Amino acid sequence: METVVAQVFTGLSSASVLLLVAIGLTLTFGQMGVINMAHGEFLMAGSYTAFVTASILRGSALSLPVALVVGFLIGGLLGIALEATILRWMYDRPLDTLLVTFGVGLILQQLARDIFGAPAKEVSTPTWLSGTVPILGYGFPVTRLFIIALSALCVAGLFAMLRLTDLGRRIRATVANRDLAESLGISTRRTDRTTFFIGSGLAGVAGVALTLLGSTGPTVGTSYIVEAFLVVVVGGIGQLKGTILAALGIGIGRSFLESWTSGSMAQVLMLLAIVAFLQIRPQGIFTTTTRSLA
Amino acid sequence: MTSPRTSFAEPTRFAKAGPWIGLAVLAVALLVIAPLALSPFRLGLLAKYLCYAIAAVGIGLAWGRGGMLVLGQGMYFGLGGYAMAMHLKLADAGPNGIPDFMLLYADGQMPLWWEPFRSPLVTLAAIVLVPGLLATILGLAIFKRRIKGAYFAILSQALTAAFALLLIGQVKTTGGYNGLNNFRGFFGYSLYDPANKKMLYLIAAGVLLLSLALVAHLQRSRFGELLIATRDAEERVRFLGQDPAFPKLLAYVVAAVLAAVGGALYVPIVGIISPDDVGVVASIGLIAGVALGGRASLFGPALGAIAVGYAESTLSERFAGSWTYFQGALFIVVLLLLPGGLSSVLAKAREAAGGRRLRRVHAEAGEVAAV
Repeated sequence: METVVAQVFTGLSSASVLLLVAIGLTLTFGQMGVINMAHGEFLMAGSYTAFVTASILRGSALSLPVALVVGFLIGGLLGIALEATILRWMYDRPLDTLLVTFGVGLILQQLARDIFGAPAKEVSTPTWLSGTVPILGYGFPVTRLFIIALSALCVAGLFAMLRLTDLGRRIRATVANRDLAESLGISTRRTDRTTFFIGSGLAGVAGVALTLLGSTGPTVGTSYIVEAFLVVVVGGIGQLKGTILAALGIGIGRSFLESWTSGSMAQVLMLLAIVAFLQIRPQGIFTTTTRSLA
Repeated sequence: MTSPRTSFAEPTRFAKAGPWIGLAVLAVALLVIAPLALSPFRLGLLAKYLCYAIAAVGIGLAWGRGGMLVLGQGMYFGLGGYAMAMHLKLADAGPNGIPDFMLLYADGQMPLWWEPFRSPLVTLAAIVLVPGLLATILGLAIFKRRIKGAYFAILSQALTAAFALLLIGQVKTTGGYNGLNNFRGFFGYSLYDPANKKMLYLIAAGVLLLSLALVAHLQRSRFGELLIATRDAEERVRFLGQDPAFPKLLAYVVAAVLAAVGGALYVPIVGIISPDDVGVVASIGLIAGVALGGRASLFGPALGAIAVGYAESTLSERFAGSWTYFQGALFIVVLLLLPGGLSSVLAKAREAAGGRRLRRVHAEAGEVAAV
C-alpha cells in the first residue's frame, strides 16, 4: 500500500512537469497547427533562468518565485520571437514547421552549451522547500508537492483565462473556426501571438520547476519534447482536458512500470502502449467532431 | 479512354530519359572519378555519406512524393546496422563463439536470438526482411487507421526514440551506449586492408545507384502517380475508389528497407553502430540532406545527403560546435525560404531559360504540396 501511494505520488509530480510542457504545446498545436520542436529548448531556457537567478540571489528565499516569473517571461519572449520571425510565414505548411523549429532548437542548445558549458548544472533547492511531509504514512518531499501545486495552479489559471476573459474567448473562437472568428472582427494574428506567448511561457515555468527535481543541461529539452508531443496526441489535439488526462495517465503509468522494470524499458513499454492506444482512438481521448474530411 | 494525362503535354523524349542520363553521369562520377581523385581516407568518408544517401533516397520517396514526414528512419537504419554488426561480431568471435563485449558486460551467455546471425545468408535476409516486415505491420496499423500528417510524424519519432532507449537499456545484448564496434572482418575479408575498404566503397556506390534506379522506376510507374495523388488530395483518391493506404504503405516499406540497407553498409564502413546513430536526432539528421537537395526530386535527396555529410565532417573538424549552428541554420533557411530544396532552384532556372516543355515534369517533381 505504502509503495503504491509513493508511486502514484512520484508519478503525479513527474506528470505535473509533463503537463506544464504539454499544455503549452497543445495550445499552439491546436490553434495554429504548428509543431514546435523548440518548445523543449524553451523549457531549457527556463531551467537556466532558475540557475542564473539562484546564483545572483544567492540563497535568498525569493530566488524561486523570481525565477518562476522571469522563466515565464523568457520562455514567452522566445516564443514570440520565434513566431514573429519564422513561424508566421509557415502557417500554410504546418508539417515543415516541425523541422524548422528543430533547427531553432539545435541552435538554442548549442548557445546554451557555449554560454553555460556542456556539463549539467545543479540548482540548490531553497531551504523552505526542503524536507518531507508525512501523508498516509509516507514522507513526501516538499519539492514534489510544490511542483504538483504549481502545475495545478497554472492549469487552473489557464482554464479560468480561457473561460472567463475576453482573450480566452478570442482564443477559443480562433481554435474552433479561424475564418469565422476573423469575420467577427477578432484579430487572429494578435491572438496567435498571445497564445504563443502563454504556451511558451508555461514551458519556461516547467523548466524552472524541473530544477527542483534534478540538474539541468543543454539537452534537457529533448528528453521531454517527444513525450510531451505524445501527451498532446493522446489527449486529442487542442483539448486541454484530454491533455491533462493523458499527462496524468502517462506520468503515473510510467512511474508504475518503472517500479517493475528498468527505466528505459518502462519508457519503451509506455510508447508501445501509446501506439496501441492510437489504434483504438486515432484522434486521441477527446475529439472535436466536425464535418471536415481532413 | 481519357487519362488525366491528356490535359498535359506528354513528356518529351529527353524528360523520359532524364533520370537515366543522370544515373549514368552519377555512375561515372562515383565509380570512376571519385576512386581516382580521392585519397583512401576521403574515399572512406564518401562511403559513409553514401550510406546516408541510400537512406535519403527512401526518405525522398516517402516524404517528398508521399507527403509522409518519416521522422523515425533511424530505427530502420539501426535495424539493418545492428543486424550486420551482430553478424560481424559473431564472425570475429574467438573459439568459444561469444562476442567479446558479452564477456565484458555479462556472464558470457549469448541470448538465443543472436544465434541465427552466425549465418551470412540469414543476416543478409534479415537486413531486408526484418525492417520490411516491421514497416509493413506498423504501416498497416498506421495508414489503415488514417493516422497522418503531424500524428504520423510524431508517432514515427516516438518509435525511434523507444528503439534507441531499448538499445541503451539492453547493455548485455546490444552493447548499450557504446553500441557494437571494433570489427575485424567483413564476410571473410579483412577490414584493415585498404583494397577491401575500396571494395566497400564501390559496393555502397553500386547500392546507391541501384536504389536510385529502383526509385526512378517507382516514381514513373502508375504507383508513383497514385502516390503523388495521395499526397496532394488523399480524400479525392479515396472517392475515386483507390485505397490511399496502399501507395503510402509501399512507399513507407521501400523507405524502411533502403534505410536498413544503408545502415547495414554503414557498419563495416564506419566501424561502429551505436544508439546515437539511431535516435531522434540522427533520424532528423537524415532528413536534413533530403530537404536541402529537394525532397520530391530523384537525385536531390541523395546529393543533399552527401553534401550535408561532407559539411558535417569538414565543419566539425575545424571548429567544434559550429556544425550544430550550421545544421540548425540549414533547417531554418531551407525550409523557410526554399521548401523545394536546391533542385527546385535548378528547375526554376531551367524553366526561365525557356525549357517550357519540361514544365509538366517539374510541376510533378518540384512542387511541394501544403501538407
